[in-house]
Formats: sequence, C-alpha cells, structure tokens
Amino acid sequence: MNEWPLWEVFIRGQHGMSHRHVGSLHAPDAEMAVNAARDVYTRRNEGVSIWVVRAADITASAPGKKGPLFEPSNAKVYRHPTFFDIPDDVGAM
Amino acid sequence: MDGDALFQFLLRLGDNNLILGHRVSEWCGHAPVLEEDIAMANVALDLIGQTQLWLALAAEVEGKGRDADKLAYLRDAGDFHNVLLVERPNGDFGHTLMRQFLYDAWHLPALNALQTSSDSRIGEIAEKAAKEVAYHLERSTDMVVRLGDGTEESHRRMQAALDDLWPYSGEAFIADAVDEAAAAAGVAPLPETLKPAWDEHVAATLAEATLDKPEQDFMHKGGKRGVHSEHLGYILAEMQFLQRAYPGARW
Repeated sequence: MNEWPLWEVFIRGQHGMSHRHVGSLHAPDAEMAVNAARDVYTRRNEGVSIWVVRAADITASAPGKKGPLFEPSNAKVYRHPTFFDIPDDVGAM
Repeated sequence: MDGDALFQFLLRLGDNNLILGHRVSEWCGHAPVLEEDIAMANVALDLIGQTQLWLALAAEVEGKGRDADKLAYLRDAGDFHNVLLVERPNGDFGHTLMRQFLYDAWHLPALNALQTSSDSRIGEIAEKAAKEVAYHLERSTDMVVRLGDGTEESHRRMQAALDDLWPYSGEAFIADAVDEAAAAAGVAPLPETLKPAWDEHVAATLAEATLDKPEQDFMHKGGKRGVHSEHLGYILAEMQFLQRAYPGARW
C-alpha cells in the first residue's frame, strides 16, 4: 500500500476561541482526514470544530535560526504589557 | 400494540445492533491502519450502546424481570431476531465496510421514522441513535465510494463484497405480522416505506463508486423470526461465553 499523506489536526475545544494543534494522522484525502480526526481526537467530546492541514503544506521556521529569530526579543521586556492596569471589564486579552 | 409483538419488535432493533456491533468489534486491533481501527471500534461501541437502550426497553415491556444483559447473554440463537445481513462474516476490510454501508443506509431512515413513533420511549431512543448513525452512514458511504472507485484491486474486492451481500440486503424491508402490528399502532412505519430512500442512496453511492448494482431480486430472510445461519451460533458462543461459563459474573 502506498503511504497516505500526513495531516496535522487542529481542534477548537468547547470553550476555546482558537483551534489548537492536537496531533497528526494519515488519510487519503481531506474529507477522510476530517472523519478520522473526529474518530481519533474527539472521542471524549473534546471539540466543536476540526481543521486538517496537509503536513507538507506547512512552512516551518528553521530550528537553526532560533537565535536570530527569537533571542532578540528576550531583552525587550517593555514589549510585555505588564506596566498597565487592565480594567476588569476588558475581559480576556 | 400487543405486548408480545412490541417485545419482539424491540428485540429486532436491539439484536441488529448487538450482532453487528459484535461483528465490527472483531476488527479491534486488526484493521489495516490505526485511524480505521479506532473508527471501527467507535462504530461498534455506538451500536452496542444503542443495544443497551433497545434491550432495556424490551425487557421493561416484557415485564418478566429480565434486563438488557440477560437478554443479550442468556438467549439462544432461535430467540434472536436480527436480520441475516448483520451476522454475515467480516471477510476482508472492504466486505465489512460494504455490509456496514448496506445496513447504515437502512438504519438511518428507520431511526428517522421512529422518531415520530406513537411510543415516546421509542422516539427518544431513535432521536439519540440517529445522530450517531448519521455519522456511520456518512463514513461508510465515503469509504465505499473511495474503495469502489479506487485501485483495480479495491474495486474488484468491493464488487465481490456487494455481489456476495446483496441477497441479504432486502430482509429488513419485508414485513411480517409484527411489522404490521407496529405500523397499525403507529409505533413504526411499514418496512417497505423505507425502501425508496434506501434505493436512492444506495444507487447514487454505487454509481459514484463505479460499482454495478446486482440484478438479482432474490432475498434471504428468516432472521427476523429467529431462523438464522450457522454463523450466529459461533458469534453467540464467543459473546456469551463468560456468562454461560460463570453465571452472574460481574466486572
């Protein structure tokens, strides 16, 4: 059997606002990937919405560029909005 | 509706699911890929969960102190009322899916119709089960299309499965005295009224799957009144072993 393509699965939970990556699976096409994701990753009522993306279609940052990409922001503590009082009725930020 | 007839009508609903659920569970750990293994186990568990509801209601209607477990584990083959289709051996993966598809295509319209049953207990179970079965039908339909219209090998296997199972696909639509009593009481529709929806869905799916619908009209029957193939005895021997060997054993 030819290997089916790999799909990355994202689930939006009961109360979550965004889809989160939960894992991956193999399926012959997108529709079957959604069905398989339903069976593999939402058996315990985890989700209200499913996204699947072909793993091959994801462009990732290179691990070797970790330094130049991420380390500069370590020294910029003023980018965290911790210096402001947030009114309670703003809700989740 | 006469209590005995209602009891038998409910046993049919429960036994169809129980025997098919057991058959599908035989794949657990053996399906060709992990994703399908989990999907098959989910379907089997759905069916067995529905069985608990139907057989619990059957036991209540019978009123002889039995419960769903006693009905499942302590009846012999002649007292089972499932259609012959669900006791057919699994065969290969495609054969199992084709059997599931032919059953699901009946099961969903049947549950949809039962939601307006004059017996509200039946309507409530049907409403819950229909949500699960809508997914079963979507899944088995998708798989039949993909495997039928897949490779030369998968097409050959799906056509062979269809030809083999076709003569077992019609029993659910053949009415007898129990079905007529249920229809007269408004408990359930006459079985043949479900046939047009089944015909339409099956014909459309087989066409998309590039599979040839068998011409044959002959249909096996007997399961609904307790006359079964030899396969049911083997299923019960495995399924009922524990309660037979250790009566009253609890988990």
